[in-house]
Amino acid sequence: MPRKGILVDRPFERLTREQAELIHQASMQILTDPGLISFNREAVDILHSHGAAVESIAGDHQSWQVKIPEQLVLKALDTAPKTVKLGARNPDNALIMHGDEPRVYLITGSETNIWLDVDFPTYVNKADPTKEIRVPEFKPRRGTIDDLCQSAHVCEHLEMVDGYIRTVNIQDRDITEENKDVNKFFASLNNNTKHFMSGLTSLKQLDNVVRMAELIAGGKKALEDNPIISFITCLVKSPLQFVDDTTETFIEVCRRGLPIVVSSSPQAGTTAPIKEAGIMAQINAEVLAGITLGQLVKPGTPVLYGSVPVRARMDTLGDSYGSVETSQYNIDCVQMARFYRIPNYSTSGVCDSKIPGQQSSIERLFSDMVVTMSGPQYLHCAFGLLDCNSVFCLLQAVLDDTHFKMIEFFLRQPRVDQPELEAMLKQIRDVVATSQKLYIGHIRPVLRSGEISGVYPFEGSGEADDVFELAHERMKELLARPVEHIDRETTARIFEEIPGILPRLNIYESGS
Amino acid sequence: MSKDIIATIKENVIQGRKTQGDVGIDDSLAGTPGVVELLQQALKSNVSPQVIISEGLTAGMQVVGEKFSTKEYFIPDMLASAEAVGAAMDIMKPVLESANVETKGKFAIATVKGDIHDIGKNIVAILLKGAGYEVHDLGIDVPTEKVVEFVKEEKPGYLGLSALLTTTMTEMGVVIKALEENKLRSSVKVLIGGAAVSEEFAQEIGADAYCVNAFDAVKVLEGY
Amino acid sequence: MPEDIINLIQESVIQGRIYKDDEGMDEGMVGQPGVTELVESALASGLSIQSIITKGLSGGMNIVGQKFEAGEYFIPDMLASAQAVGAAMEILEPYLAGSGVNAKGKIIVATVKDDLHDIGKNIVSILLRGAGYTVKDLGNNIDTQAIVDAVREEKPQFLGLSALLTSTMARMADVIQMLEQNGLRDQVKIIVGGAPVSEEFAKSIGADGYGADGFQALAVVEALTSGTEN
Repeated sequence: MPRKGILVDRPFERLTREQAELIHQASMQILTDPGLISFNREAVDILHSHGAAVESIAGDHQSWQVKIPEQLVLKALDTAPKTVKLGARNPDNALIMHGDEPRVYLITGSETNIWLDVDFPTYVNKADPTKEIRVPEFKPRRGTIDDLCQSAHVCEHLEMVDGYIRTVNIQDRDITEENKDVNKFFASLNNNTKHFMSGLTSLKQLDNVVRMAELIAGGKKALEDNPIISFITCLVKSPLQFVDDTTETFIEVCRRGLPIVVSSSPQAGTTAPIKEAGIMAQINAEVLAGITLGQLVKPGTPVLYGSVPVRARMDTLGDSYGSVETSQYNIDCVQMARFYRIPNYSTSGVCDSKIPGQQSSIERLFSDMVVTMSGPQYLHCAFGLLDCNSVFCLLQAVLDDTHFKMIEFFLRQPRVDQPELEAMLKQIRDVVATSQKLYIGHIRPVLRSGEISGVYPFEGSGEADDVFELAHERMKELLARPVEHIDRETTARIFEEIPGILPRLNIYESGS
Repeated sequence: MSKDIIATIKENVIQGRKTQGDVGIDDSLAGTPGVVELLQQALKSNVSPQVIISEGLTAGMQVVGEKFSTKEYFIPDMLASAEAVGAAMDIMKPVLESANVETKGKFAIATVKGDIHDIGKNIVAILLKGAGYEVHDLGIDVPTEKVVEFVKEEKPGYLGLSALLTTTMTEMGVVIKALEENKLRSSVKVLIGGAAVSEEFAQEIGADAYCVNAFDAVKVLEGY
Repeated sequence: MPEDIINLIQESVIQGRIYKDDEGMDEGMVGQPGVTELVESALASGLSIQSIITKGLSGGMNIVGQKFEAGEYFIPDMLASAQAVGAAMEILEPYLAGSGVNAKGKIIVATVKDDLHDIGKNIVSILLRGAGYTVKDLGNNIDTQAIVDAVREEKPQFLGLSALLTSTMARMADVIQMLEQNGLRDQVKIIVGGAPVSEEFAKSIGADGYGADGFQALAVVEALTSGTEN
């Protein structure tokens, strides 16, 4: 039984069918004029051998102009699976995504350098020293592998989290470019039984992490049936360029048939037009180019339509994920993916705010609600992320879980049918006939059935705002609750076969 | 007449109109000459380059800076103005050289090896050029040896390094080490920037400064 | 067998079941006798009024109170139980005199003139009845004069006044003033409540107590009752 996710019966869409069709046509035109620039030789050869026109461009870095004809794209859209399964260590945590079914799975992400600790020092009122309050103080520091383990652990217990993307960049002294991948995969998989998605630091480590996943899943075939890991690569650099190294990684992952996200992240205003029609035509062309390449490498390889559009902020030209347009672009991308019936990877909840608080709540809740309502299958909803994805705060992730519970409840389908209405008519007549005219008695049968939403779990008492402290308590509770680690025997085999994993991660040996 | 041209150059810098075809903020200027055309006229009428720079270009940029700080202007406005000034400086480069006028300094800029992100780097380049620096953009994914070679040959006063990825930021440290090994480190101030980078990281790898954004980079340079 | 009926009464109070058709907390209870049917058969088998009230009804409400404190019960559950007790008390009322059980007292409740809101007032009535008080509910939009007349005729120990609007809360003061003018103020304790009303307002108009919600109103009445007895 896979996870349920949030099924959005009537997804919110911004574009009419005709507008989606127009964007598709514009993207097809873009792919032949101006086409793409590829800095990766192999991609050029693959596309060329299937009929794309290719022209070499002079310059410091060798590159090629590639014009991808429409029928190549259409064929790829045909072979790309319309249903993608992302497996999990615990098979009950598998995610099954149908391109035409708006069932939303919520996933963490992305990789931040900074980990935000929270502390609650006591402050005394200057005017009245008998008055004391505890104020949350946030302290940024460099993320470590222990943090990654902790966040995987807490996310295992957060109900609304359906899958895990590593949240923090591990910057321990004993982590190098060579051993980073195996360590981040092991730390995440060992502390979390949900699906694990990641990018790769070094392509050389691809075989090692795939082998690790095979050992955990129970062999090569078992991993094929239950792909407990998947990958994400930003092979496209906007506007319209295939990057050399990420494209190489992308091709290699496709060859192995593991699920992969084709992601493009244009910034409206700098690397894409700021107008909705323009950025949509471009990002759609970019993602389709990636999907086409993937399907040519291995027809039928599972891909997700990955869209991470963002608008530039006008005061710094940095990303403004909190902007309203960013949500609009995302929703349009969800619709385009559904237009092609390819499962979508979308983004919400990324905020501009640097610390948890009112701004972060408003920004994330807004985009979380509207983007969820649009029905992406795989929603990277930035659990715990702050400052445009550059800071991770576990406390924020606990808060996010709570508001996603509200969104899930909100998106439940209304029950309005004949038997229900008949029962209601009887209820109305019964109550109106009483002297007190109160329906309170009829609350009781539904009170414990889960049909009534709960109060905000971190509600303070009286005038005190205790949200952070209560959420922090919850976080500590979740950390204290055990997780199911990889078993002793498999752990031993992983440490035996795969070089570079830090010995202190072996819970059976280090005694921790 | 020369006063008029200088004032018009200044106005077009403020409007961010590089050439005749550009749209400014004020619609009524559409079709009139931009900074480049005006500059050519001014040079033809023998207006002194120093006056063009100080009373036209720099004075215009100053107004733009003020408008930006009062939030009347946004970055795209500022960049348009800086681009106009940059284009003007390109035209005047030979004139200034022959007149022995010193530029503000030579600035080399590169996105490090393995990293292909260049929005930030390009913005810094535009702004510095607009501020009157002689900017040499080495591009993206630039190998360390190439950076070192450029510093050795061209002797820039400043070197700006950019990286967006957590995986490539360490290359900045590699460049600084290579400069040290080639005894070039003291000849050049190294400024770093990019999403993944921090003040702390700059200190750790021995850079001279960390710039949060492009304006910060200009500010840091003005401080030297 | 008689013990069984008392236990069943207690259980149906806990379940909040008045009639045999009512659903309770537990499933599958529909069809079994509710508190009213059980009280009737208890009376028929000659059980003492005292044991029905103290062991059956109050005993059940005590457990309901504990479950509410523990977070197991919510307000709707508590109200259902209180309603069951209220219905039972209505049946028992004619037998109270001479039973050795002291009625807890009589309370008149009313929403003041020009105010049509009565959810709060109704909940207070249910809770007071459930606690064993005799409640006379005058209704809503009640003339000041009609309230004063009712106090004169019924001689209740308590008068509960409710108002939801800032424009009508001043009527509460009118009622108190008219009671004074008619020399009735000393015979009745007045408790006020409603969204715009506050402790401070209650004091300023000379009311005896303020209840922020139904439970507080009940607590205030209980406190004033024991105060009166002392």
